[in-house]
Amino acid sequence: MGYKIKMAMLMLCLTLLLSACGVKKEEKKGASAHHSHTLAISGSTSVGPLAEKLAEKYEEIDNIKIEINQIGSSAGITNAINDVSEIGMSSRELKEEEKARLQETIIAYDGIVVVTHPSNKVKDLTMEQIKDIFTGKITNWKDLGGDDLEIVVVSREDGSGSRDAFQEIVGYSSGELIRNAIVASGNGNIKTTVATNKHAVGFISFEYIDESVSTVNVNGVEATAENVLAQKYSLARPFLFVHKEESLTEEGQRFIDYILSPEGQAIAAETGAIPIK
Amino acid sequence: MTSLPLKKETEKIGKSNKRKYRLEKFSGNLFLFCALLSVISLLLIICFVFYKGAHPFLAEGYRFLDFLLGSDWVPSEDKFGILPMIIASLYATIGALIIGVPIGLLTAIFLAEIAPKSIAKIISPAVQLLAGIPSVLYGVFGLAIIVPFLQNHLGLIKGQSLVAVILVLAIMMLPTVVTVAETSIRAVPKTYREGSLALGASPIGTIFKVVVPAAKSGIMTAIVLGMGRAIGETMAVILVAGNSLIIPTSLTDSVRPLTTNIALEMGYAFGTHQEMLFATGIVLFSFILILNFTLARISSKGGN
Repeated sequence: MGYKIKMAMLMLCLTLLLSACGVKKEEKKGASAHHSHTLAISGSTSVGPLAEKLAEKYEEIDNIKIEINQIGSSAGITNAINDVSEIGMSSRELKEEEKARLQETIIAYDGIVVVTHPSNKVKDLTMEQIKDIFTGKITNWKDLGGDDLEIVVVSREDGSGSRDAFQEIVGYSSGELIRNAIVASGNGNIKTTVATNKHAVGFISFEYIDESVSTVNVNGVEATAENVLAQKYSLARPFLFVHKEESLTEEGQRFIDYILSPEGQAIAAETGAIPIK
Repeated sequence: MTSLPLKKETEKIGKSNKRKYRLEKFSGNLFLFCALLSVISLLLIICFVFYKGAHPFLAEGYRFLDFLLGSDWVPSEDKFGILPMIIASLYATIGALIIGVPIGLLTAIFLAEIAPKSIAKIISPAVQLLAGIPSVLYGVFGLAIIVPFLQNHLGLIKGQSLVAVILVLAIMMLPTVVTVAETSIRAVPKTYREGSLALGASPIGTIFKVVVPAAKSGIMTAIVLGMGRAIGETMAVILVAGNSLIIPTSLTDSVRPLTTNIALEMGYAFGTHQEMLFATGIVLFSFILILNFTLARISSKGGN
């Protein structure tokens, strides 16, 4: 009996010790963060590359450390609400219940572009046609003036900000997406899949465009930044920084101000995003 | 005069013995604690997954049967049905077994019975090295080699398909199947072979009629372990499966097995969606449990 009790106590002590260590570490982290100004940002993988670039430049002019985690819009928004991150990045509009709890700042715009294999002859689609492709009403490129090839739709995963934005703009729901669509995680993954398959069609952010894929005009309008700002190109969405009003520190506010300054906006333009002014 | 040092001596011995016993006891306890850690982790994982995964069914009014047999998975529209993924997991595993087991078994027989030592020395480490390759690299291999091959040479409209998953899994289960089967074949007593050969049976006949039946339970274990590897594999599969939400009707369909559903969506999921992914985990866990029970039965039969 005595042995068993001792054993149990030993286990209890060790558990307590371990958990105590954990707490201490966290406290330390929080404390040090306060002193060296670590700004925690997390969210959209579409906003991520832009935020990284901005943070890199901003760290040169201010005594601050910016940590950026690219974990997806929804996760970033959740983090901002739960105070895990000071600022969340989102590439989709906030939902009503999120708007009630968070402040948003538009830091830039992003265009989404429909991409196909470079050999694809279809270079121009209407919004209606895009919808029909992704909902499975049009299943062969020959119906769109291309070769007689079956269409392979490539989409992002459910919950992705790019996917939400794309579906909202084009006007179909997740349930309507053609069932045999390939689902790939991340812009890069979609690009690779489309670049290696002559049947494929997908959508990616402007900043991922390169010569490995062919871009498609929407309603005759080319996918360029100018056309987004002129509100001619309709497959566009805002890049948001979101935060709780009470959790934004002075450093966080300064970083946001920097992004909105001409200098910050110039960096945004460099990375392929579309500046707000 | 003499009694005093003697007393001291015995005291000393008593003390050192006491210390020894204490050390013994302490080490025993330390080892017990280490052993308990794995049990505790197991319990924690089970509790956590079941607590999270059972919540929507107990508290939010979802029906487990609809979850198991539903063919629609649209989290944003509150539709959670994992039948396509269960079927995809089963097809992928069975397919991988059909390709992987014969190859693995013949490799094991070759290594244990036929191969000259010099050749076995090369093949054996190669097979074991195959087991050590991180699974995501199998996925990259599949994406860079198998998927384009299927597209360009076999004319599939998309290389990310059930057949790509099967091929990758078949390769991945090889080391498990080969190693376990080889060990069990080597464990067959030499007298069996000698007896068979003495009766005039050919060497190949001896292998298939005497040695393999004698090693049956070990070979079954190898197959079940390979199956476990295939059904639980995630990272390699996610890259080559295509992750479509359909019930596969042909080898060329792209599929989403249970594991990739969790890995693909966990990063973005919250609320009920996340809990449903844990529920997917419960189903996966049940598969693994069933496999393990089967395994236990096979080994206990083998013992008899």
